Amino acid sequence: MANFYTDNPDLKHHLNHPLMRKIVELKERNFADADKYDYAPYDFDDAMDSYDRVLEIVGDICGGVIADNAESVDHQGPRVENGRVIYADGTKENLDVCRKAGLMGMSMPRRFGGLNFPITPYIMAADIVSRADTGFENLWGLQDCAETIYEFANEDQKKRYISRVCKGETMSMDLTEPDAGSDLQSVMLKATEQPDGTWRLNGVKRFITNGDSDIHLVLARSEDGTKDGRGLSMFIYDKNDGGVTVRRIENKMGIKGSPTCELVFKNAKAELCGNRRLGLIKYVMALMNGARLGIAAQSVGVSEIAYREALAYAKDRKQFGKAIIEFPAVAEMLSVMKAKLDASRSLLYETSRFVDIYKIYDDIAKERPLSPEERKEAKFYSKLADALTPLVKGMGSEYCNQNAYDCIQIHGGSGFMKDYACERIYRDARITSIYEGTTQLQVVAAIRHVTTGTYLSLIRQYEAQEVRPELAGIKARLVEMTKLYENAVEKVTSVKESDYNDLMARRLVEMAGNIIMSYLLLMDANRNESFTRSATIYNNLAEAEVTKHADFIAKFNPEEVALYMNV
Amino acid sequence: MSLNIIVLAKQVPDTRNVGKDAMKEDGTINRAALPAIFNPEDLNALEQALRIKDANPGSTVTLLTMGLPRAAEIIREAIFRGADSGIVLTDRVLGGADTLATSYSLAQAVKKIGKYDIILGGRQAIDGDTAQVGPQIAEKLGIPQVTYAEKILALKDGHVTVKRRLESGVETVKAPLPCVVTVNGSAAECRPRNAMRVQKYKLAVTPSEKEKLSDELKARVDARPYLQLNEWGAATVNADPEQIGLPGSPTKVKNIVNVVFTAKESMRLGDNDEEIENLVKELLANHTIG
Repeated sequence: MANFYTDNPDLKHHLNHPLMRKIVELKERNFADADKYDYAPYDFDDAMDSYDRVLEIVGDICGGVIADNAESVDHQGPRVENGRVIYADGTKENLDVCRKAGLMGMSMPRRFGGLNFPITPYIMAADIVSRADTGFENLWGLQDCAETIYEFANEDQKKRYISRVCKGETMSMDLTEPDAGSDLQSVMLKATEQPDGTWRLNGVKRFITNGDSDIHLVLARSEDGTKDGRGLSMFIYDKNDGGVTVRRIENKMGIKGSPTCELVFKNAKAELCGNRRLGLIKYVMALMNGARLGIAAQSVGVSEIAYREALAYAKDRKQFGKAIIEFPAVAEMLSVMKAKLDASRSLLYETSRFVDIYKIYDDIAKERPLSPEERKEAKFYSKLADALTPLVKGMGSEYCNQNAYDCIQIHGGSGFMKDYACERIYRDARITSIYEGTTQLQVVAAIRHVTTGTYLSLIRQYEAQEVRPELAGIKARLVEMTKLYENAVEKVTSVKESDYNDLMARRLVEMAGNIIMSYLLLMDANRNESFTRSATIYNNLAEAEVTKHADFIAKFNPEEVALYMNV
Repeated sequence: MSLNIIVLAKQVPDTRNVGKDAMKEDGTINRAALPAIFNPEDLNALEQALRIKDANPGSTVTLLTMGLPRAAEIIREAIFRGADSGIVLTDRVLGGADTLATSYSLAQAVKKIGKYDIILGGRQAIDGDTAQVGPQIAEKLGIPQVTYAEKILALKDGHVTVKRRLESGVETVKAPLPCVVTVNGSAAECRPRNAMRVQKYKLAVTPSEKEKLSDELKARVDARPYLQLNEWGAATVNADPEQIGLPGSPTKVKNIVNVVFTAKESMRLGDNDEEIENLVKELLANHTIG
């Protein structure tokens, strides 16, 4: 039985990033829990050893139970009976084994029964789970919602709900409605306050992942007569209270094990989470950022399995008297798949480290005032996390789709049949660039970091780092690519015409992403020679992409925008 | 009802991944070439033990193993999955034991533990495939035994009800406690390691392992009794020197041969009942089957 953590040394490389020391020391408050909890670490090495051991459990379960069940779960899928979701048998087993292994509530504080892991090892677990079964990653990964309760609910709610999540109860975030998808300001589900301070929810939610979960976060309109996002609040609905039924589950193209539900709320009792009116503008934004990082991890997991399946097939399949991997056309596809996989994974963990630092500072700020220096640092990392999250979600999900496509291509005619895992991977991959904000919306979130220079300042920091002499060539090319990027940004921003700016936005964001990921792989190679191959191959790819976009932008006549808009 | 449960387990070379260098020239196992693992059916037994514990809060599961000092690894493994504590029975004089000497030594250790309601173990170990140690321990302790168990169906009123998986079918039996139950590989798989327990118990060590730790870690172990695993020798369990190790082992291995099955004869059958029936008759006649 394979272990999906130990069979992939790249993961340990990312886990052991130098910035982890700072993250762990902040997260553990200089190991203050060591005397209070028998499972708390007493120093940095002990904490890192714990992450390593727990990820080994994740890898073991994923390589055994969850990967084994993936096919049957895809075929059987969940069903609805009397308004309740019945999971596929394999899903039930997966959840059971994850609960027994204590892998729920991984990032929650110990006082609620969590493991108090930083986001980075938690995201690594998500990466591994997604490789085993992309659809199951949703059910398992929705424990993320506990983060929102932890950040915004009151202490009593945290005690009641987070401890349940840590024991293995599942969660969902009920945001989307038939007329409120990407545009959540239009949410209509009505929340009415009762004399006892509780609320009643009425209305319909649609496309709710794991919609029959134990604990729901629900976005609802609490302010009568309002029409925009400022009239929305966040609520916690406890399934034990009743009032929500599942009307149907969608028949999807992929991630079929993950039930996507239409929910009917009929006077469902709920509690307010946090303050009124902040539901969308503050809490959902926070929730979405966490969820987007989760989808980025899911995408990297898909890229990983797509690459592995393609590689195994290409080694095994013989044509014209030799394994097809020996043909340059196939070898190139595999090399580029691996480079995209490695690039998106490096960006994933760079992002998760930035998220870790600012979130931990936010948490510390609840205990004591931060020093001016700490405040400055928190702000610095918060901005970077904000900039990199849409980048890794957008580009990581596109890369996993490309890898899934190439995985089928390498399988040839067999890949088009239902006989190989690649067809499931292809279907599962497709949603990653759609949900939690389409790639196009990630561009909208990312473009301001192009125009305000967040990406460029990050690139400058990377540029300032020394690399080994044999990597100097890649770095020199990156410096030139950055110049192309700067020129392109200058040209686009110098024209104040919003349709033109929007039309160019994707290219600018991708250029930034290409350069950042190429730098990250360069630094990975600087720390670990095994990344040199991907750093080189990705640099070739990134340079070609950046040049292509630069060329397009340089030659594009802004007056032609009308042609594009006249569809 | 709280119960004292003992699980017998063995650290074995992973014979499922045998390479060319798995056997030495003299026919004995080359342990260095094979990773040491928790005997698979002992994990099935551990799961049954943990289920009894789940159903009877306050119960304890103690792992007992005989082997090299490093067999403490499987005690930690069992604790990570839910066992409470463990004992490594290790001593140079216990080495070279056959099933008779092994079961004697383990039975002595069980007597030393003293309080027990049920003893579970795997049906057999993958290195010896004898399936003798469990039953022999029951005999030496003078208690009933249930072999080939697939599931503990009930445990109440001083009795255990067990579903047995036999070659010819399934049998449900009831035995009075205390008794020995040996568990089949067809039983439920063992639950995974638990993340919290792994963090809590990763430093659990036997006295001989503790000696190799830094002073700082030694102090940590000393301050936390749950990190202290037991390590017993032949003298600890009052074993008669004549009944343990090589002196206590009448079995002498004369020769071990590496057998590779090859197809010598083959026959092709037509796709009809008559030819199949003739083949079955032939196989029955020469006692290949039946």
